[in-house]
Order: sequence, then C-alpha cells, then structure tokens
Amino acid sequence: MTETVPRTLPRTLPRTSARTVPDATAFAASAPAARTARAPRRPLASRGWIALGGGAVLPVLILAAWQLTTALGVFTMAQLPSPAMVWQAGVDLFASGLLGQYAAISTQRVLIGFAVGAALGIALGALVGLSRAADVLFAPTLGAIRAVPSLAWVPLLILWLKIGEESKLTLIAIGAFFPVYTTVSAALRHVDRQLVEAGRAFGLRRARLFTAVQLPAVIPAVVSGLRLALAQAWLFLVAAELIASSMGLGFLLIDSQNNGRIDRILLAIILLAILGKLTDAAVGLFERWANRKWA
Amino acid sequence: MPHRAAPHEAFADPASVRGAASRSTATTTTGNSACTVEFEAIGRTFAPATTRGATALPPVLRDISLTVRPGEVLAILGTSGCGKSTLLRIAGGLDSPTIGQVRIDGSPVAGIDPRCAVGFQEPRLLPWRNVTENVALGLPRGTPRAAGRARVAELIELVGLAAFAGHRPQAISGGMAQRASLARALARNPGVLLLDEPFGALDALTRLKMQDLLLDVHAQAPTTVLLVTHDVDEALQLADRIILLGRPDNDTRAGATIVQELTVPGARPRDRGSAELAELRGRLLAGLGIDRHGEARGLAATSTIPAFPY
Ligand SMILES: Nc1ncnc2c1ncn2[C@@H]1O[C@H](COP(=O)(O)OP(=O)(O)OP(=O)(O)O)[C@@H](O)[C@H]1O
Ligand SMILES: [Mg+2]
Repeated sequence: MTETVPRTLPRTLPRTSARTVPDATAFAASAPAARTARAPRRPLASRGWIALGGGAVLPVLILAAWQLTTALGVFTMAQLPSPAMVWQAGVDLFASGLLGQYAAISTQRVLIGFAVGAALGIALGALVGLSRAADVLFAPTLGAIRAVPSLAWVPLLILWLKIGEESKLTLIAIGAFFPVYTTVSAALRHVDRQLVEAGRAFGLRRARLFTAVQLPAVIPAVVSGLRLALAQAWLFLVAAELIASSMGLGFLLIDSQNNGRIDRILLAIILLAILGKLTDAAVGLFERWANRKWA
Repeated sequence: MPHRAAPHEAFADPASVRGAASRSTATTTTGNSACTVEFEAIGRTFAPATTRGATALPPVLRDISLTVRPGEVLAILGTSGCGKSTLLRIAGGLDSPTIGQVRIDGSPVAGIDPRCAVGFQEPRLLPWRNVTENVALGLPRGTPRAAGRARVAELIELVGLAAFAGHRPQAISGGMAQRASLARALARNPGVLLLDEPFGALDALTRLKMQDLLLDVHAQAPTTVLLVTHDVDEALQLADRIILLGRPDNDTRAGATIVQELTVPGARPRDRGSAELAELRGRLLAGLGIDRHGEARGLAATSTIPAFPY
C-alpha cells in the first residue's frame, strides 16, 4: 500500500542519517588510512592543478611531435612550418599591432553577437516554451530558419547590411540564437508538472511562478545552451570573416591563404583554439556555479 | 505523548461540536478560520489521452455529496486508484469536476482556491531550495518577513526537522521530505487543509508522532481537514468522520462514490485499543474488501488493536 519506502529515522536520532555519506568515488580513490580524517579526500582527478596539468599533457605531446617531424624534415617548410616559425610569425604580427587588433576585433564580434543572439534566444525560447499559442505560431517558422545552413545567409546579409560590422554581428547572433532558443523552449516545456502545480497551489502565478519555479528549474539547461551558443558563435565568426572582412582572425586566415603564409594560418588556428577555449572555460565556471546553486 | 490541553474531553460527541469547541480555544489563530466544504453531486470523468479513435473512459467519481463542517477532520478512505486524490484535488480547485460543484463557505470553487493548502501525495519540494525556503513557500502572501521567519522556524521544529533546516531536498530522506511538505501546507494557515496521505512514507513511530502533531496543530488552529489515507487506524485516530470511497456491492455502474460514512465516537486523543474503535475498524476493513479475519492480508498485522472477535 505504501508507495515510498519508509527510511526516516525517528526524531531522536536524526543527525546520523542523510548527508554524511561522501561520494562513492572518494572512497575508491583514498587510502584506507584516510578514512579516519574528518573531511573525505577528494579524488585525484578532480583537483584543480592536477586537472589543469592533465589537460596540458596532450597539447605538449602534439607540440613535441610537431617539432620532431619538422626537425626531421618529414614535411617541407611549405607544407608544415616549425613551431618556432609560427611563434616568430606571431611575434612579428604582434609587433606590428595587427595581431592584437585582429584578436580583439574577433573577440568583440563574438561577444556582441553572442550577447544579442543569446538574449533573443532566451526571450523567444521562454515565450515558445511557456505559451502554447506562441508555440503554435513561432515554432515551425523558427525550426525552418534553423535548418538554413549558416553560409547561406552570408550573401543576403552582405547585400542588405553591406560588409560592415552589422552583417557579421547578425550572422553570429543567428548562430548563437538557436542553441539557446532550442534548449530554453524544450527545457521549459519539460519542467516537472508536479512542481509547477505545487507552486500554483501555493498561490504563485505568472511572473512569480516563473521566477520561483520555472526559471530555476531550467537554469542548468539554459547555461549548457549558452555554452553551445558560444561555440556556435565562434563558428559563425569565422564563416563571416572568411567571406567579408578586412580585419579579424578569419580575415587573417583567408589573407594568409592568398599570400601563401602557412605559418600565419597555423597561428590563426591556434589563436582561435585558445580564445574559444578561454571563453568556453569562463562560461564553464559560470555553469558550475549555476549547477551548484540550482541543480 | 504531546501535552495537550484537551478542551474537547467534556463533549460527548466531538463530531457535532468540534467546530465550536475548537474555535473557543483558538486564541492564537491568525488568518483564515475554518471553512465549510460542500460537495454537491460531484462526478469526474477523465478525457482519453488521445482524442482520435478513443472510447470514452468510465467515470472515476460519481454522485459525491457531502458537507464538511468547519473545523471537522474528515478522513477519506478507499482502495488504491479509487479516486481519493482526485476528490481532494477537486476540493482544492486543482482539478474541476465534470459535473457538480464544490463550495467553500458557500462560494463555488473555480480554479486554485486560496483558502486551501495542499499536502500532496508526493513531497513536491523545490530541489534548489533548502527545507526552510521550501516551507516558507507556503506562507500566505503579504506575511511580514520577521513573522514569516519565526513561523517557518516554529513549524520546522514542530515536524522535527530543525537539524535539517538548511538541507536541500535531495539531502533528506523521503519521510523527512514529506514532513517538510506538511510543514509547508501548515505554514499557509489555511481555512481548509487538504492532506493526501501525508504520513504514507513515514515509519510507524514517526507516523504516530506526526498524527499527534497534526491533532495538536488542529487543536490550536481550527482548520477543516480533509485527510486522504489508506490506513484505517490512522483514520480512526484522527478523524471526526470517515467516508469510504468505492463501488457499492450491488451496483454495476463504474466510478467510486461514498459507500460508507461513519462518525467516530469519543474525543481525541483516542485510546488506540478501544473495543468500540475495533468494531468500526472491522466494518471499514470489510468495506475495503478485506475480510474481518484479515490478519492474513497483512493489514491487521500493522494494527495496535486486536481484530474484533467475530
Ligand atoms: N490526469 C488524469 N488523467 C487520466 N486519468 C486520471 C488522471 N488522474 C487520475 N486518473 C485516474 O483516476 C483514477 C483515480 O486516481 P487517484 O489518483 O485519484 O487515485 P487514488 O485513490 O488517490 O489512489 P492512490 O491511493 O493509489 O493514491 C485512476 O484510475 C487514474 O488512472
Ligand atoms: Mg492518491
């Protein structure tokens, strides 16, 4: 008859029950002697500096292999310049002020486009996720727009908005919009009905219901959507800059291709990797905080 | 056993005078006072999940007419799936009847009713809030901050969760979560308290304590209580009146209705072992489809009083 397994301890001995059991993995990783310590030891792989160092192993290996193959002359200089040459190209570009300018303008475009796209994504995602009418009205159209490959927008945007900043920012915003829109609307549709009903039963309605129940329930999903959107923003940035720009890392790529500067191409790719990873790590920190707070 | 002033003991039939007796002792009550709940020929039929090609479902509830007096504790008994939760949800305006209507203090219930507070069958706590913040959700809107904090702390203490006030729901046990949910409903200080198997997930000892707690709270603040339970003894211990939902023996129509209604004699707290209660217990168990020598079915084994010797 009773659906839930009763596992409450009587009130007289409450402190021993929940919470005190640490992660099962903590036991696996710690020596038996460590059990006597008050705080359970954290597993090796989750400590900050070890995680960082572990993550650097592969790049270092790749760098070493790269150095080795160029030193042994496996590829010609025109195919694969050595790490030192790429470094030198970076130093030269930096000295001329171009590198800083390109990296800055690209980052700026990504951040602005991402901010606009994500804001619109949250707004429309919330509308479609919360309102059945908006769902019927908007979802099919947005789904169709989403199906358009990113490059297909470029000619149209250039014709409409010229080769200025607007065309690039718009493209990046389109790229950032969809991951956010999709995750927000889907997450809102799937908020636990029982929780929403409980909120309503205790007098919450509309804005207060949204901020007290629905929004917190979808925050983890929204943040992971934001993270996807940021990656997408970098993708669309390169698409925009490859085709129509006079500055930025994408421009550096296409310009170097025309000039046959493979060292600069490698430089641009490495910079994109680093910048993408850094911005992603920033959102990742935010995500961890949000998950601790809301999940 | 909790200390209780036992103001009712002077009355022979608490069911008839419960409201008046409780009101006279309720000097500390603020907010809502107890409400009358009237069910008028309630019927509920659910629509089929798919609209195409589906035949109409049989009704879950039919012909339920009942008046619950202010301050009365009404227990709703019935087998699993007979529609107890549905009836309770209709009373609180979370669901609407297909036919008939519910009135609270004379005004029809349309939509979620602010005079009611619900303790759901599941705890339904917000996972991102700790116990204190969850209980605070139940406070009526416009409660002054300091008064609200004090009330929440008092309720948490009352349900024995003081040591866990800062814990999130996933860090407490199922029974604790259910107690937190009960505290949240009590925080509302409602005119009608709707409790759906509030003690279902509790171990036997905690359950007895919580039953006494509910009686204490009820003695202090005379709300009308509709208590769904599948525990006959719990109903006998807590209620002024018990209704049994089900299908009458000689009735082939689908849908549960009230098949038994009985007033529980004696003032609370009741002697859990009295012979009078044992007789009622036998009748209720029979109504639930359990024969009177029901030890073999397991239900009697949980009882503290022996089965009446028929
Ligand atoms: N939203 C719904 N849609 C369709 N059918 C429903 C819905 N809610 C309940 N029912 C049906 O109504 C019947 C009664 O359900 P209800 O939850 O009221 O039972 P109950 O008496 O509370 O059972 P239990 O003791 O197991 O909690 C069940 O047969 C169920 O299938
Ligand atoms: Mg139920």
